[in-house]
Amino acid sequence: MPGSAFFSALEEIYPPERLLRRPAALAAYESDALTAFRVRPLAVVLAESQQEVIDTVRACYEHGVPFVARGSGTSLSGGSLPIEDGIVIALNRLNRILLVDPARRVAVVEPGVANLAVSQAAEPFGLYYAPDPSSQPICTIGGNVAFNSGGAHCLKYGMTTNHVLGLKVVLPDGEVVTLGGDSLESVGPDLVGLFVGSEGLFGIALEITLRLLPRPASFRTILAAYRSMKQAGEAVAAVVDSGLLPGAIEMMDALAIEAAEASVQAGYPEGAAAVLIVELEGEEAQVEAEFKTLVQVIEASGAYEVRVAQDVAQRARIWKGRKGAFSAVGRLSPDYVVQDGVVPRTRLGEAMAEIERLSKAYGLRVANVFHAGDGNLHPLILYDGREEGALERAEALAAEILAMCIDMGGSITGEHGVAIEKRAFLPKMYGEVDMDVMVELRESVDPKGIANRGKMLEVGPWRREG
Amino acid sequence: MIHCRTIEEVQEAVQAHRWVRLCGRGSKPALFGGASPDAETVCLSGLVGVERYDPAEYVFTAQAGTPLQVIEAMLAEEGQYLPVDAMFVERGGSLGGLVAANLAGPGRYRYGGVRDFLLGARFVDGRGRLVRGGGRVVKNAAGFDLARLMVGSMGLLAALVEVSFKVFPRPEAYGSVRARYDGLKGALAAMERLSRAQFDIDALDLAPEGFPSGRTWLWARMGGREEALAARLAAFLQALEEGPAEVDVAWDEEEARFWRDARELAWVEEGETVVKVPLTPKQALRLERGFAEAESCAPLGVRYGVAGNVAWLRFGHLPKEKMVELDERLAAMGLAGLVVMGEPGVRWLGEQGWRNVFFDRVKAVLDPEGRFV
Ligand SMILES: Cc1cc2nc3c(=O)[nH]c(=O)nc-3n(C[C@H](O)[C@H](O)[C@H](O)COP(=O)(O)OP(=O)(O)OC[C@H]3O[C@@H](n4cnc5c(N)ncnc54)[C@H](O)[C@@H]3O)c2cc1C
Repeated sequence: MPGSAFFSALEEIYPPERLLRRPAALAAYESDALTAFRVRPLAVVLAESQQEVIDTVRACYEHGVPFVARGSGTSLSGGSLPIEDGIVIALNRLNRILLVDPARRVAVVEPGVANLAVSQAAEPFGLYYAPDPSSQPICTIGGNVAFNSGGAHCLKYGMTTNHVLGLKVVLPDGEVVTLGGDSLESVGPDLVGLFVGSEGLFGIALEITLRLLPRPASFRTILAAYRSMKQAGEAVAAVVDSGLLPGAIEMMDALAIEAAEASVQAGYPEGAAAVLIVELEGEEAQVEAEFKTLVQVIEASGAYEVRVAQDVAQRARIWKGRKGAFSAVGRLSPDYVVQDGVVPRTRLGEAMAEIERLSKAYGLRVANVFHAGDGNLHPLILYDGREEGALERAEALAAEILAMCIDMGGSITGEHGVAIEKRAFLPKMYGEVDMDVMVELRESVDPKGIANRGKMLEVGPWRREG
Repeated sequence: MIHCRTIEEVQEAVQAHRWVRLCGRGSKPALFGGASPDAETVCLSGLVGVERYDPAEYVFTAQAGTPLQVIEAMLAEEGQYLPVDAMFVERGGSLGGLVAANLAGPGRYRYGGVRDFLLGARFVDGRGRLVRGGGRVVKNAAGFDLARLMVGSMGLLAALVEVSFKVFPRPEAYGSVRARYDGLKGALAAMERLSRAQFDIDALDLAPEGFPSGRTWLWARMGGREEALAARLAAFLQALEEGPAEVDVAWDEEEARFWRDARELAWVEEGETVVKVPLTPKQALRLERGFAEAESCAPLGVRYGVAGNVAWLRFGHLPKEKMVELDERLAAMGLAGLVVMGEPGVRWLGEQGWRNVFFDRVKAVLDPEGRFV
């Protein structure tokens, strides 16, 4: 427990209304979107300026108090879960868009800016910010940077890391550094690349330079319904094999479709075991040429119903079901955990069959709504937390899915991060030496271990003595 | 010089020497640190071979010494390519060298550079440990991104032994618009406008005549379906409006030659020095003004690549004193430079922003004794 000197330091930085310490005020910060875990922090500070964040980190360092940066708390892996005996530095008021420069096609933002707000600010210039997690109306750029968040367009456009050019960062000891710049090109080691995806363990991003892209000139969106997941999985492989590079290839299974229908009435075909959404985008002449190929591939793939969006409204309707599916599935059940492991795309069908088998074996419903184009699964495992042992069963099922992803040569997480939830699995994906290096990097950058302590790296049995 | 054929040999060589200088296939001798005469050269060109290539996954894994030419041919056979548009392919560049030097050609404009397509890497650190970072699938967010850290690391952090890349289907056909402007200013303005418009441009370069830039050619490359290309280029020509003094479309051989010469730096004479300078389009004019005040170290020519995100400055032979002057000049402009062609010796010029405490702390883990020079 830090002494009163630490709190005096915080009182120097913050007015009382932005330094929360009463239990009632802290309750809202006790967990993130991984709701199975709750921890009450000692205090929450609501930062409004970069200097306040820097001063806070320095106070934490001086007093050895751990801190957790928090954007909007939509982490699905427990990334923004508070630390006992630590504080939460809430950043969603640090949300100025400092610059949108159409000439250089960059935006400079503070970390609390919502993902979608960047695209909105860029829109008048015909530009947008490509990474689009389903949570984009709320999740923050700071959270996106910490987790290297993805979305529906990663195969073609990459993840957050591919759109961050520069960062201003306060390291865990209060030093402020600038990484990268505002050019697409660079010389020297890619320190931006190392920081993005570091899950808050290397400090807090204060200012982020993002790359903007011109809005695609046209879209062609197709929805195909299948009688089996296997067929849909094979269709994904066929689309990719045809030499097309769609902007998005998304897949939903029966349970996800049912939930989405109940929630947003997207009008998906009835009785589908799976639907596939494929979208082409770019210059019209090119897209039209590619679309002919796409229609041929889809027609040959055994789809029993194919719909082509004829206008903006129909396209929006198709996407509404997909983007709403995630939270809709959440409503099917009191609780759920979601995994986001990655498998080689050619093994999607196999992976889906295995998940179905596990679902039956564990007696838990699993809905799938995911980024098929890059093999990024999103099984939502439904359970009822009030039921004795249900959470444990859901976790055991999740563990088997992760083990499958590792066995198939994939990854335990494509975009949601490791944080608390997958801590035990990181050493299964990487070797002993790889883990050593990660732990050493953490210790070198954060010798007191105060930045997001206990996340991602659990000092565990792989750690050699001495 | 030690030629390694296996990862174990790399580990041994690193552990056995106080100072180690890494080299790939020797395609970029200028990048070769020359500062430490006592350093042992450890050559990775013997680590050759593709471990896995799965066209349906858009992924391949190969040993770091594998020539880029081998990779290009392998991908072409499946109708795929590495959109990074690696430089120095014909000069014998290796995959590991591509990552370590971070030298992407004009084609990187469309989909991204080395950092955007590298998925994973294995490397030997300064303690001789074999470390793996990243993965072998197109999406992965697990753990610190150690693979990306290697991009541009120039052998200062580790010896790359194996890399995994994402690849894409290759456009069926290409065509390029070339437009001549009377001065750099007009060309820059046109480029800026085009880069914001809804065109899917593969590459966008400016090739000025002389230095400071006189007449300037804007080259824009488009790739895609053959049947759509003519219509797309026509629309593009229209968007150029009245600006250029001269404009036409280049196809086939002629078109391919321009871009090949750009990525191979074939527009430079043998024995000349070339410095890579990352910048923004707005800094291009400032760079030219900056050199106007320092004629003694001014370049002979320049190309602006990736829509004005990089300048390739061409110099004649640059003796040491001139290098010092150039270094100071770039620093004064707040720019960084990397000497990619020329005599080995000085590699870094100007303001190297990555030399900060974050880098020091990373270096302290991967190479605590400062073996890699
Ligand atoms: C319905 C729903 C749908 C989702 N869909 C997607 C999806 O499609 N793709 C995807 O990738 N994710 C998705 N997510 C997960 C989540 O939205 C992302 O991980 C997002 O990036 C988290 O942003 P946040 O602002 O909520 O961050 P938080 O949850 O507040 O924090 C996340 C992590 O970032 C750290 N952090 C926050 N700000 C900073 C900073 N400035 N500097 C350093 N570290 C910081 C925190 O300490 C924490 O570890 C979804 C979540 C939900 C609830």
